Amino acid sequence: MNENNGAIKKMMIILSKGTLENVYAAFVLANGARMEGIEAEIFFTFFGLEAVHKKKLEHLHVATVGNPAMHMPTMLGGLPGMEALASSMMKKEMEKIDMPDVHEFLDILTASGVRMWACKLAMDMFHYKKEDLYEGVEEVITVGDFYKHSQGEGVHMLFV
Amino acid sequence: MEKTIAGKNITVNEEGYLTDFSQWDEKVGEALAAEANIPLSARHWEILTYLQNEHKNQVALSIRRIGKSGVTDIKEFYQLFPTAPLKTATKIAGIPKPASCI
Repeated sequence: MNENNGAIKKMMIILSKGTLENVYAAFVLANGARMEGIEAEIFFTFFGLEAVHKKKLEHLHVATVGNPAMHMPTMLGGLPGMEALASSMMKKEMEKIDMPDVHEFLDILTASGVRMWACKLAMDMFHYKKEDLYEGVEEVITVGDFYKHSQGEGVHMLFV
Repeated sequence: MEKTIAGKNITVNEEGYLTDFSQWDEKVGEALAAEANIPLSARHWEILTYLQNEHKNQVALSIRRIGKSGVTDIKEFYQLFPTAPLKTATKIAGIPKPASCI
């Protein structure tokens, strides 16, 4: 446990959700790792695949229902257009703090050397093809392949 | 704390960043780069000068801004300063460590 004083060498981030706040959390963590000289890889699975699906990645939303931190009554959050409204407000706030949009963020991650993988099981389930995905995604792999990529000392795994 | 580098006395914080930019010169930059195992090329210097100018103009530095600088792109920035590029480059440039998450 104490090799190299427990220094983190690589972050393996599993993104399973397609809501804007979760996608950004995964991206900020991956980019932040690279900025500190730590390697980073992201495994996109289930709804997390929407973050790298070319036709969907520009249209991610924040969750207005089932999200107590939105401080919005669930009934209200379920009204048509509510998610879009909350999402566009959040995107405006993000632009103010110099946060890139999803596509630009993917470009930053790729240029920074973050390796990206898509989950084979989820790809099959959603009937997605490799060419539906953002070019920075290297390969469609199994969970076993992902564990192989995670070998080594100082590797940490994170599920979003 | 005090530190002697390139035959000069400089003051640095606990992370090794210069606390007074007026103590910086190219020789100090070379020596700080050598400590980080980075031999400086003309491209490195262009970027270091850019960073110093941005700092002078009180621009908050981030990886995103480097990508939009027109001086370099993010990929090259990581190639030139492989480990923690923004932290390393600002240290060599003699300016404070950017408090940026992006």
